[in-house]
Amino acid sequence: MKAAVSILVAGLLTVAFTLALKLDSSADEWSRRDNAGNFLGLMFGDGRKLMASQFFTMADVYFHSGYYPSVFDQKRGGEKEIISASHGKKEDEEDEKNEDFLGKPKDWVDAFGRNFKIAEHTHLEHGDEREILPWLRLAANLDPQKIETYTVGAFFLREHLHRVDQAEAFLREGLRNNPGNPELLFELGRLYKETSNDVDHARNVWLLAKSKIHDVKRDMESADRVVFEEITVNLARLEADAGNYSRAIGYFQEAQAISFNPGALQEQIDALQKKLNALIPLTPQKLF
Amino acid sequence: MNKVFALAGVVIKELYRRKDFYVLFVLTALLTFAAGAMNFFHDDKIVRYVKDICLMLIWVSSLVVAVVTTARQIPAEKEARTIFPLLAKPVSRGQVVAGKFLGCWLATGLALLVFYFFFAIIAASREHSLHLLIYIQAAWMQWMLLAIVIAFVLLGSIHFAAPSSTSTITFVIVAGIMLLAGHLKTIALSQPEPMQGLLTFLYFALPHLEWFYLSDFVVYNFGVVPWMKIILATLYAAAWTTLFLVLAWSGFRRKGLTT
Repeated sequence: MKAAVSILVAGLLTVAFTLALKLDSSADEWSRRDNAGNFLGLMFGDGRKLMASQFFTMADVYFHSGYYPSVFDQKRGGEKEIISASHGKKEDEEDEKNEDFLGKPKDWVDAFGRNFKIAEHTHLEHGDEREILPWLRLAANLDPQKIETYTVGAFFLREHLHRVDQAEAFLREGLRNNPGNPELLFELGRLYKETSNDVDHARNVWLLAKSKIHDVKRDMESADRVVFEEITVNLARLEADAGNYSRAIGYFQEAQAISFNPGALQEQIDALQKKLNALIPLTPQKLF
Repeated sequence: MNKVFALAGVVIKELYRRKDFYVLFVLTALLTFAAGAMNFFHDDKIVRYVKDICLMLIWVSSLVVAVVTTARQIPAEKEARTIFPLLAKPVSRGQVVAGKFLGCWLATGLALLVFYFFFAIIAASREHSLHLLIYIQAAWMQWMLLAIVIAFVLLGSIHFAAPSSTSTITFVIVAGIMLLAGHLKTIALSQPEPMQGLLTFLYFALPHLEWFYLSDFVVYNFGVVPWMKIILATLYAAAWTTLFLVLAWSGFRRKGLTT
């Protein structure tokens, strides 16, 4: 009887050991599948995307030092401010008004309660922007396909914290997880252009980004339209600065074809056209 | 009054003899250290998420200590039949309720002191500055909140069947108030009658515990709350605590002492 138990235990240990060896290689494969990346992906499945989204929102909450609408508060305008800030959008009076989601106190309970919570719209500044980074890092770990996480993180690292190397590394991590993504390529181009003034590098990356957006037309998704416009407008400015006015006009016209505000682009085209005309040498026919 | 303090002393001794507080404190410390040890973009100045996590753990731990300690006070005395010699001392039922409340409240105050001392050390070591005033305000307000909760648990422990049900009901109510009480008016405005009237009534009738959680001021270094508002909130907490204690005393007077 004793011998039978020993044999059974030995047999079970052998099976366990064999299965462990067999499953170890498969587990590695599961981790790599769909860029799940790690243990978190395996543990939470698609639930990690919800958590990543929550962590990204936490970054925005921290950016506002806790002054943030709850699910019960009405707030107009959908885009998170960390995203609009990363697109270089400055707040105007209308935006400020929209951010005042609390409005006037509804009664004495509400008025008194506001003394114990942050009721003032502010943004992190003077290097305190670093406080949003943990949430962005966690969001990127949980959902490596969430592009905004990389673009926002890289923007704050580059623009506010002056850590260009880490911004580039974060963008490249995003590109490894989302090969050829035009938004990430655009942000990488901005990094080359705006921090190291590496115009050639920026141009190449933006051209690559542009080539990744297929089937450009007016009824394409609005996010794609914005990205395409940003890429072409920046290419146009880059060419204009280099004195290649006709090429710049070409890019502006491409942007104009899908832009939400084609009138503003027409003004820039007209200005460049004037510069271009001034460059064309006068011919004898024109003199007489 | 001496009898009340004597009863309170027994409750405090009970807290430090039991393992609840130590377990929760070690857990809080471990989780805070684990969070603090994480490295984000090689930046050791990032601190707010650590403060946020630590404060949340302190809040949950102190609530658990307060509720669990209070919920078993009177039922345990009844079950062990020690309530009879206690009342024969002679100690009035009002003094028992007051003594139990004071003991639990002071015990959780001591626990809070330890928790906030730990928090201040962690925050100061990372921020290289000490925002003492807001820490004192946050700890004080939390202690006031716990006074209301402890009084409510004492009331519940007289009416509900077992400490476990009292604890569970209290946790659900406290969580509900913290999450929803401040928004009830907003929700009410979007509802038809009679729901609108009911929610508005609840909005004014419920104790607004969410006022007593100053986490945002502490985490985001947003200055201090005006002291006059702290005093008014303290009076508000005192009013609710007194109400619950009077109800508990009134219930305890009428209830039988056998389980």
